[in-house]
Amino acid sequence: MKIFGLGKRFSAVAMVTVFAILSAGCGSSTSSGKPSPITLVAYDSFPAEKTSLNSALDEFTKATGIEVKIAIAGDAGTMVTKATLTAGNPEGDVMWGVDNTLLSAALDGKVFTKYEPNGWNAIDTQLTALVPGHELTPVDFGDVCINYDIGWFKSHNVKPPASLDDLLKPEYKDLLVVENPSTSSPGLAFLMATIAHTGDTGWQDYWKALRSNGVEVVDSWTTAYDDEFSGAAGSTGSRPLVVSYGSSPPAEVIFADPPRTDAPTAVVASTCFRQVEFTGILRGTHHETEARKLVDFLISAQFQNELPLNLFVYPARTDSTLPPEFTKFAVIATNPFSIDPADIAANRQKWQDEWTTIVLR
Amino acid sequence: MLDARDLVIAFDGRRALDQLSLHVDAGEIVAVLGPSGAGKSTLLRIIAGLLLPDSGTVTLDGIDITHRPAHLRSIGMMFQDEQLFPHLDVAANIAFGPRMHRWPSAEIAVRVDELLTLVGLVGFGDRHVDRLSGGEKKRVALARSLAPRPDLLLLDEPLTGLDRELHDRVMVELADVLRTAGTTAILVSHDRDEAAALASRVVRWHDLQPA
Amino acid sequence: MDDHRAALNRPPRWFFAAIAAAPVLFITVLYAWPVSTLLWTTLRRGASGRSPFDHVAGIMWFTAWQAAVSTVLTLVVGAFPAYVLARYSFRGRRLLMAATTVPFVLPTVVVGAAFLALLPTSWHGTAQAMILAHVFFNVAVVVRLVGSMIAVVPHDLIGAARTLGASPRRAARLIMLPLLRPALWSAGAVIFLFSFTSFGVAKLLGGPTHPTLEVEIARRATQLGDVSGAAALSAVQLVALAAVIFWTTRRGRRAAVELPGATAPHRPRGPRERRMVGAVSAGICLLVGAPIVALVSRSFHVGGAWSVSAWTKLGTAEIRPGAGLGVDPLASVGTSLRFAVIAALIATAIGFFAAMAINASSRFGKLLDGGLMLPLATSAVTIGLGMLITFDTPPVDWRARWWLVPLGHALVAVPFVVRAMLAVLRAIPRDLRAAAATLGATPIRAWWQVDARALRRPLLAGAGFSAAISLGEFGATTILTRSGSETLPIAIGRLLGRAGALPRAQAFVLATILLLLSTVIIMASGSHERLGSDA
Repeated sequence: MKIFGLGKRFSAVAMVTVFAILSAGCGSSTSSGKPSPITLVAYDSFPAEKTSLNSALDEFTKATGIEVKIAIAGDAGTMVTKATLTAGNPEGDVMWGVDNTLLSAALDGKVFTKYEPNGWNAIDTQLTALVPGHELTPVDFGDVCINYDIGWFKSHNVKPPASLDDLLKPEYKDLLVVENPSTSSPGLAFLMATIAHTGDTGWQDYWKALRSNGVEVVDSWTTAYDDEFSGAAGSTGSRPLVVSYGSSPPAEVIFADPPRTDAPTAVVASTCFRQVEFTGILRGTHHETEARKLVDFLISAQFQNELPLNLFVYPARTDSTLPPEFTKFAVIATNPFSIDPADIAANRQKWQDEWTTIVLR
Repeated sequence: MLDARDLVIAFDGRRALDQLSLHVDAGEIVAVLGPSGAGKSTLLRIIAGLLLPDSGTVTLDGIDITHRPAHLRSIGMMFQDEQLFPHLDVAANIAFGPRMHRWPSAEIAVRVDELLTLVGLVGFGDRHVDRLSGGEKKRVALARSLAPRPDLLLLDEPLTGLDRELHDRVMVELADVLRTAGTTAILVSHDRDEAAALASRVVRWHDLQPA
Repeated sequence: MDDHRAALNRPPRWFFAAIAAAPVLFITVLYAWPVSTLLWTTLRRGASGRSPFDHVAGIMWFTAWQAAVSTVLTLVVGAFPAYVLARYSFRGRRLLMAATTVPFVLPTVVVGAAFLALLPTSWHGTAQAMILAHVFFNVAVVVRLVGSMIAVVPHDLIGAARTLGASPRRAARLIMLPLLRPALWSAGAVIFLFSFTSFGVAKLLGGPTHPTLEVEIARRATQLGDVSGAAALSAVQLVALAAVIFWTTRRGRRAAVELPGATAPHRPRGPRERRMVGAVSAGICLLVGAPIVALVSRSFHVGGAWSVSAWTKLGTAEIRPGAGLGVDPLASVGTSLRFAVIAALIATAIGFFAAMAINASSRFGKLLDGGLMLPLATSAVTIGLGMLITFDTPPVDWRARWWLVPLGHALVAVPFVVRAMLAVLRAIPRDLRAAAATLGATPIRAWWQVDARALRRPLLAGAGFSAAISLGEFGATTILTRSGSETLPIAIGRLLGRAGALPRAQAFVLATILLLLSTVIIMASGSHERLGSDA
């Protein structure tokens, strides 16, 4: 009798569940007096809750009455792929985090709708120049650079490399770990840096030389930085040079435990590639008025000041204030490498394929 | 009472029953004696409604029940390997039939006690069927098949698998129980002594079918 | 199956049709519809300039090759624990059973990182490392599927062979091996499937030089934006694996023999048997224990020194003023548990109905059985993107719904639940239903009393295993997840994606919690004893 009851309850629960699922699918509401809630689609390192970035968004809700839901869409590449597939019938209203390597793909896919937000003029003109059509708005930037393990170079009495060309020298043999440009965005950025440095026809030879100098390639930033690089605090890795972010050294300080005042790693400033991130209104949104207000807010000084410690990037606004860890340990490259987004879009697949043949086969 | 007429069934082209007929009167205990593998179990399954013959009829009290499903026949069966329900205890196994026939629960309880006494298993009601000896299992199987008071009871080699001493003891008990219960029964066996001890009439397998 | 002449006492056809409705609806709506929509829309549009099959031959060859090697090696390595755990009872047996099951449900991000820490640097990014990890993950499959078959080979059968003059080795080869063949085929098929579609392990341990087809599909779809190319490759993978499933099931079915019920395991007797039990237990401890110890110890290792601060600061939102991790580890525990319960309920309910329907009807049953396996052979990216473009218009605008995640988990778990239940259903003696009928049970009541009630234990075991799978699922979750539905593996992935000593150690704290939760669930539900005993 007991078991009979269990089975009955089981199917009842299953029925209720299925019913709840079906009915939940049908419930959706639109249009009323008060502003509609809107959805901000973001990549997976965007904090969903409980950080000062989210508190700032709460302030926005308080001021405007517009509730902001955050939808995480995967890494930046996945996010743009999804947006292209759903262009015109988007998953949300505003997107955060399209970067310059994906910019053209997003523009070609007609994912965004034009808008020139309030505050456009406060943004670095070098950044706004990338989007003359106003489909997107620059929100932040950062550098991808060679990071090195200060302790290793000190104890081995070797001078850290000073340029991309130095990496080919025998004293740096078997020291560097990089990410696969086909699967990792810092990996792609570093490939871009080498292409910008050695030119459209020279980079192949550069990588052949890098390969014979013992470069190690892994699939993701996590594997490169956490498992292969020796400089991350407590790492079991053995390579003192890694492709990472310009903001990785301050992160090592901020997330150290017990607290420390100096960074164990540093950046080779002449190897940096500039990554710029954008925000934009998704074409097909039913809440364009609210979406515009949100974009205005995303480039307001209030929100921009929260970016460094939460996303480890530099605000796009020129009048932002930086936290002390940033001014002390991070490096903004004065002359970062960059490539025109249109060139990137036209050649990215070709470059990735060629690179795969040269380095991995 | 029971009339099986001209039963034919073939498996893979080989006839297991060939024009078999058997008649049983009310109150009789008929033993069908035959060698192993002759098709005796098949006959019982057809009578019980577990298997449909290729041709032939089964009538009970003059009514053709050939196509009637087993649960509507009131024909009980004691299986050769007991087939006790492994997830139920002894009492619940015995109570199963009466429950299926929607007896009031008070009546079921009385019936279970009655049968436990009859087969000599008083106090075994909450025992798990895995924990029973071979003889005890046979007795539970017998009690279970008698519980809903079937019109006819079928016993398929009811004493196989027991050692000599136990075999003889259970045989005496079984004969006793069948007589006390006053049930009409058909039992199939390959053992002449067993058949003689239990049945009021013994028929030979090859006498049931025309040569 | 049942002779048609016995159909008199079986529930009517409509009854099984009604039972089959739920699983058929489930697999159609959540799998067949989105995947076919994606294939149809993208393949019709045509490839973007270049052929999707450029450079792919090498990847396909490597994928199949490493899957075959992983399968054979796992079967060989797993045979020892399978035999010892099935034949002998000794102290710690239950724990060892659970220990072999846990790796199967751990997320690859975590175990991959533990392997990287353990293996010599020269093994990083090699096929060996990948294959070793596949063995680690899949030994559980051998222990379950082959072990439960070993348990029903009567001891006396081997004894009989011995009295006829066979040496132990010849008895094993001539009696044991042929009897185990169906189990070996079905275990081999599952392992091949998992190794072929390896994603996390291939990325982490195989590295960029050893991509599997699954990795290539994900790379094309998400990084190159070449969805049509990805869909084409996905279709190729699906067809290839469906063929493998079909072929191995046929081979397995042909080799099937009937065996009597289980013989109870006995204590090891004599020094030889004791030595074998000891050696195998030590082997399991080493293979399963080493990565797990590495994983747990890293949670107590912050910035190169031993410390408990990763544990004590687990709930802290702000590490430094203004600087947060953006990951709520404790909330992710709650989310994971909630999803695990929902996924387990759905998978168990669907699996229950599916197993009943499969058991009742042989031709349709085979079809449904195969259909429920297909999600395991399909790239998670393909299913995820398919859902994205299919469930996009009302009344099925489900894209942002959190419950797609547990439903996705259920999709992965159902085949396992079905396996466990089918094994039990097929072991029910046919005469038990006959006995119920002679006692007056209607066909439907006999079905309920005998079949449905026999499933109580596998129901619980299936629920436990589904919950554990849900806890560890990573691939489908990354595609389907939304804010407010961050599961433990996702939180671990995000923490690992941050620079700094504390987030890294906290990732391993969460991994340890995940490990504990899975172990408790698996042991409490008895999944380690029951699951997957189908052969």
